[in-house]
Amino acid sequence: MPVTDHNGTKLWQRRTARESLSHWVMWLIGVAIFAYCWQRISETTTWFFVWDAPRIAGDLWARATPPKWDYIAQLGKPIWDTLNIATLGTLIALVLAIPVAFLAARNTTPSKLFIRPIALLIIVSTRSINSLIWALLLIAIIGPGVFAGVIAIAIRSVGFCAKLLYEAIEEIDDTQVEAITATGASRWQVMAYGIVPQILPAFAGIAVFRWDINIRESTVLGLVGAGGIGLQLSASLNVLAWPQVSLILLVILVAVVVSEWVSAKVRGAII
Amino acid sequence: MLRLDKLVKTYKTGDQALKAVELEIPEGQVVALIGPSGAGKSTLIRCINRLVEPTSGKVYLGTVELTGLSSGALRRERRRMGMIFQEYALVERLSVMENVLSGRLGYVGFWRSFLRRYPQSDVDEAFRLLDRVGLAHMADKRADELSGGQRQRVGICRALIQNPALLLVDEPTASLDPKTSRQIMRLICELCKERGLAAIINIHDVALAQMFVQRVIGLRLGAVEFDGPPEGLTPEVLTTIYGEEDWEATIEAVEDDEDEAAE
Repeated sequence: MPVTDHNGTKLWQRRTARESLSHWVMWLIGVAIFAYCWQRISETTTWFFVWDAPRIAGDLWARATPPKWDYIAQLGKPIWDTLNIATLGTLIALVLAIPVAFLAARNTTPSKLFIRPIALLIIVSTRSINSLIWALLLIAIIGPGVFAGVIAIAIRSVGFCAKLLYEAIEEIDDTQVEAITATGASRWQVMAYGIVPQILPAFAGIAVFRWDINIRESTVLGLVGAGGIGLQLSASLNVLAWPQVSLILLVILVAVVVSEWVSAKVRGAII
Repeated sequence: MLRLDKLVKTYKTGDQALKAVELEIPEGQVVALIGPSGAGKSTLIRCINRLVEPTSGKVYLGTVELTGLSSGALRRERRRMGMIFQEYALVERLSVMENVLSGRLGYVGFWRSFLRRYPQSDVDEAFRLLDRVGLAHMADKRADELSGGQRQRVGICRALIQNPALLLVDEPTASLDPKTSRQIMRLICELCKERGLAAIINIHDVALAQMFVQRVIGLRLGAVEFDGPPEGLTPEVLTTIYGEEDWEATIEAVEDDEDEAAE
């Protein structure tokens, strides 16, 4: 009890003596762990390389600047591929995510015992594997190229979109659903009138948000051979063509900035 | 018209919301259901159209027994029971017109409703109803742009376009100011009279109920405690329904209201 009686006046403290002591002990343990970790990291670091880092970085900078501007002619097609991978992948993911989300949401799933766990498993398993790893697997299965990239992005995004969407479904206002049910509407009509209008803004927000993430993810897919600008990046890195690398990085930066701007605009328009 | 036979609802938590309620409402009668919070008023209304599944007992709408119906047959019977809600329960992101037409969902197929291609007769009726409640100019507004009173009017239109025989009304005025509350109650009662509808109106405001209905039912702890004309609500009766309190003020307020209405 943080209130103590002291000569008739009631003193109030945020914590009791015991609580504040345990707080201090927790902090002490935290600091000790931090110091120990710091020590371990510094033992396993080759400090020579670290001290050398500024010189190497400066050297790289000198080699990479100025970017090889005329190389841009060869980047149009790859960046277009990258945009397509992201956009198509997101569209496929959304189509797949909608049924999964409805099956996973507590208030719309046909069966909490059997179907919901399956839907949740789909969500967790697709989310937990990085798109680069999906791309590696898919290249082995369907061969290198843009198509593998599209599918990798799609699979990776299903779980993400379905998770956010089913959370939105679970948060809807039930009385609107009740009201539509009370008119004698069928199951599908209840969905179309009672649920869909309520989750539409969330759905649009999720779609542009994921598209924006996918643009960034698809730029690296080429590193493993799944098409897009990453292919050029890995080729240029392999031959140590630093001026080309810096130009590619610039192009990627511009693409990401544009996609962020677009998604911010779209989300602003919805909300 | 509507008959409840030993209707019982026990929730999973063990709370007995309704204890063998017996009730009969003739055609065209408007009934106010009063009682303290938790008396089972909302549950009673929702057990009739089976938004809440009753535990046992029977509900007859005309000659049809509702509690035993399959889901398809239940949907057809729900069309005969219009429902009006406390917080309006409009689909906020749809237009006023779409909300009113959603009352016809039980009559039109999925694709027609999905593509918003309702029969012209439904659209005509929607305009007539909106005009009747004074909202014809609002048809294109989104439901969330409307004020509370306007939203409840749209809710009334949605219930009436079902062409029901019975209105289930759950606290229609609980989120409205006193003046709007009266207007809404008056509108509901007028419309019931015009169309010969029976109605059950859950209501907290005893004085308001006394003003508009022919029959009052008092519910306490899931059992009918009072059933009679509004004049029968003496301080003693209110005490058995709600518990000890000075009821003179409530009843006097009613008389004041009537004077005011007469002026």
